[in-house]
Amino acid sequence: MSGENLTSSEYIKHHLTNLTYGQHPDGSWGIAHGADAAKEMGFWALNIDTLGVSILLGCLFLYFFKKAATSPTTGVPSGLQNFVEMILEFIDDSVKDSFNGKNPLIAPLSLTIFVWIVLMNTMDLVPVDYIPHLGQLIGIPYLKVVPTTDPNMTFAMAFGVFFLIIFYSIKVKGPGGFFAELAFHPFPKFLMPFNLFLELVSLISKPISLALRLFGNMYAGEMIFILIAMLPFGLQWTLSVPWAIFHILIVILQAFIFMTLTIVYLSMAHEESH
Amino acid sequence: MNINATLIGQTIAFFIFVWFCMKYVWPPLMAAMEERKNKIAEGLAAGERGQKEHELAEKRAIEVLQEARAEASDIINLANVRAGEMVEEAKGKATEEAAKVKKGAEAEIEQEVAGAREALREEVSSLAIAAAEQIIKSEINATKHKKIINDISSKLGAA
Repeated sequence: MSGENLTSSEYIKHHLTNLTYGQHPDGSWGIAHGADAAKEMGFWALNIDTLGVSILLGCLFLYFFKKAATSPTTGVPSGLQNFVEMILEFIDDSVKDSFNGKNPLIAPLSLTIFVWIVLMNTMDLVPVDYIPHLGQLIGIPYLKVVPTTDPNMTFAMAFGVFFLIIFYSIKVKGPGGFFAELAFHPFPKFLMPFNLFLELVSLISKPISLALRLFGNMYAGEMIFILIAMLPFGLQWTLSVPWAIFHILIVILQAFIFMTLTIVYLSMAHEESH
Repeated sequence: MNINATLIGQTIAFFIFVWFCMKYVWPPLMAAMEERKNKIAEGLAAGERGQKEHELAEKRAIEVLQEARAEASDIINLANVRAGEMVEEAKGKATEEAAKVKKGAEAEIEQEVAGAREALREEVSSLAIAAAEQIIKSEINATKHKKIINDISSKLGAA
């Protein structure tokens, strides 16, 4: 619930503000108080909560998977190894379904994307007030615990994928081939500028759609949890429970969509012509 | 909500995670899974082979059993024949033995009869002599009639 000294809109705003560290307009470095102050810091500022939570979760993911991978038994697998192998098999199947080329990077990339996004999205299921209030108790003014509700996070992953798309397009087809794919398709050569425009838009829309889809879904989900949290105390569970159950689906689904599209985009980057 | 340098930090973190995953997580797990898959396939093949072998062994066992049964019945037949022969042989031997024993007994009886006759004759002769002695004692001298007595006694012996 909102604190007694906060209005509803202040409560929502508080929950949607990142803990941003950067340079204040007056030249001093520190944590921004409020969204406007954060905006004034410009580009060279860091969302400490997004970075911290996502890296923590990434390390958690790698810790457990590394643990399973350090002494993998070929006999009957233990619980953790069984779970990890189940996920691996699922990813491997997805990759084999959509990716035709041979690239040792694709499967681990997909695994990282899937598990990391699932973990970050799952932070959405932690009741919205728990962690921010705990943060306030130890003196952290703002804390947004779901990294995927921060566009920085989703765009970072999408640009990472975009970089790989460009990299492999050029590596597989050569710079000329890549340019030819952009310029001489779908119309004949004399319409080259038009082709180039179309293909560039479709190319650039790939990372943007990836990032915005994930961000939009998680941001809306978080927003609804915040709105539910403003209901009277006894009524909250009637809405938050169904929404949380539905959200479990979204958490997995969005991670799966992000992963599958990554595989498909990279598969397209590996193909000579489409 | 605004884009800032977090973007760069997250991109770096993302690539480090992917690299780590590619280097240390994916290959060993995949290798282990592959190996287990092979092991399971091997195990299944071995199981099938075992079953086939088992079937063969069962067939073989049935054959052996049948052979053994046939052999056993042969042996029993042979034994029966042999037993009949032995019984016949024993019967023959017994009859022979019985005949032998009978013959022996007859000879013995004859001997005994002869012995008894001899004894009887001696007794009769001695009785006769005694009687004659009595008579002669009262009538004649023994030395005088010795010839007559001897004749009689020799006549008795011929009888």
